[in-house]
Amino acid sequence: MIQTVFDILSIRKDFPILNRKVNGYPLVYLDNAATSQTPKKVIDTIVDYYSNYNANIHRGVHSLSQEATDVYEQARQKIQRHFNAARPQEIIFTSGTTHGINLVANGFTSLLEKGDEIIVSALEHHSNIVPWQMLCERTGAVLKVIPMNLEGQLVMGEYHKLLSQRTKLVFCNHVSNALGTINPIEEIIAAAHKVGAAVLIDGAQAAPHIKADVQKLDVDFYVVSAHKMCGPTGVGMLYGKEEWLNKLPPYQGGGEMIAEVTFEKTTYAELPHKFEAGTPNICGGIAFGAALDYMNAIGFDAIAQYEQELLEYATQELLAIDGLKIYGDTKEKTAVISFNIEGLHPYDIGSILDKLGVAVRTGHHCAQPIMDFYKIPGTVRASFSFYNTKEEVDILVSSVRRAKTMLL
Amino acid sequence: MGIKEIQEEIVDEFSMFEDWMQRYEYMIELGKSLPMIKEQYKTDDNIIKGCQSKVWVHAELEGDKLVFTADSDAIITKGIIAILIRAFSNQRPKDIIEAETDFIDEIGLKEHLSPTRANGLVSMIKQLKLYAVAYQTQLN
Repeated sequence: MIQTVFDILSIRKDFPILNRKVNGYPLVYLDNAATSQTPKKVIDTIVDYYSNYNANIHRGVHSLSQEATDVYEQARQKIQRHFNAARPQEIIFTSGTTHGINLVANGFTSLLEKGDEIIVSALEHHSNIVPWQMLCERTGAVLKVIPMNLEGQLVMGEYHKLLSQRTKLVFCNHVSNALGTINPIEEIIAAAHKVGAAVLIDGAQAAPHIKADVQKLDVDFYVVSAHKMCGPTGVGMLYGKEEWLNKLPPYQGGGEMIAEVTFEKTTYAELPHKFEAGTPNICGGIAFGAALDYMNAIGFDAIAQYEQELLEYATQELLAIDGLKIYGDTKEKTAVISFNIEGLHPYDIGSILDKLGVAVRTGHHCAQPIMDFYKIPGTVRASFSFYNTKEEVDILVSSVRRAKTMLL
Repeated sequence: MGIKEIQEEIVDEFSMFEDWMQRYEYMIELGKSLPMIKEQYKTDDNIIKGCQSKVWVHAELEGDKLVFTADSDAIITKGIIAILIRAFSNQRPKDIIEAETDFIDEIGLKEHLSPTRANGLVSMIKQLKLYAVAYQTQLN
């Protein structure tokens, strides 16, 4: 039985979209790893911004601009406190995780030499592989990969062997998007630092479930997207230690990021503005702050406990279906279940689930190397959030059974 | 029978179904009975890459008509392929080039043809037409 640690019915009322029907059935939204739904408080924040204080920030002398600037900078501080960064200027607003990763990858172009090594994990999303391949092409650095095992864990022994004085950067996700595996990032960070390498952790899949403390982790860079944690799309955060952010050159040129410009020379603005060229996603940043307020009011401990109970229940019920196999069979995972049924294509299962109002992701989840490793075309991925219920798990399971009957 | 008549026949058949379940069950049946492409043609060259399910198509001219064989690794996709092949195979390239594809909407499968669905079916229709264009040139 699920020990409800908070009032799930009142939480569900916070999310207007959960009332809608899809194909005539009540929506069962289990694609939270792709994007989370938005609570009314965040929607209200967006409406309030555009209704009451929409203005460009950091440059106006008028009151609206000042108000918008204040609220935007307060949002930065909320993010700083949430991830326990030492200073607000270590929080860079981005358009999302991919932007953050590219910003760092681009910055390292001037810091790497031919023969330097970059280590990435085999559990990566495409967005965490391609920028490093491009960086290697630009600099002559070499890409090394931490292998994974059948349980969907990184083979840490191999990681330690890959590390050397040539290692300059290590990139790994905190949680795998395809399987939900929680990676041992503390060990990854500490070992990389021993050889003097910097570490970037992709926290996109972890942030909705785990409150990361960047100082405790001693991580050099940490990136997240707001839309996976109840915020809007198109906004995210790059955390960087101040010393690292000072070392990296600006990523894009434009307004906001400059101190003085003449045709002879431009001096760049201080952190964080050096990396925030142009008018940012002001409303998005403010709504990101509101999303963190919302999730923190519920509490990440309660969220994690509830989601783990959902995960255990769903795992047990799904495994009772003959021929169903779950990929990523580790104890340390978030509420993500990636599965297949023997003899069936994930696309077929997903299409029928959709007809029954159940939203899951099917395919390779932009993590083709993982699918190649398991020699499968893809999986069906059900990913849970704190607003999902045990009853929705039951609907998922009965819908999968129905799909199986229709397809086999 | 011409492409238009066949399409009308398919629309008639689908109009008998009361709900999506029946439509899908029928498509799954069609998928299971799809004449498979010969193994020798299931090559990477013949793959139409969608994001999710693989589709192989082979085209051959028989007289003045173009004959398609195809396969997919997903059964619902195969069902849709079976419908497309019924409509377009064994027809003159010129007619294939000119054929409309609105009947897919009419049989309630529009969602599978949305370009954002990323299942390769839009590419598949495009590929059938490209084959037709190529063979039309040959016939000329």
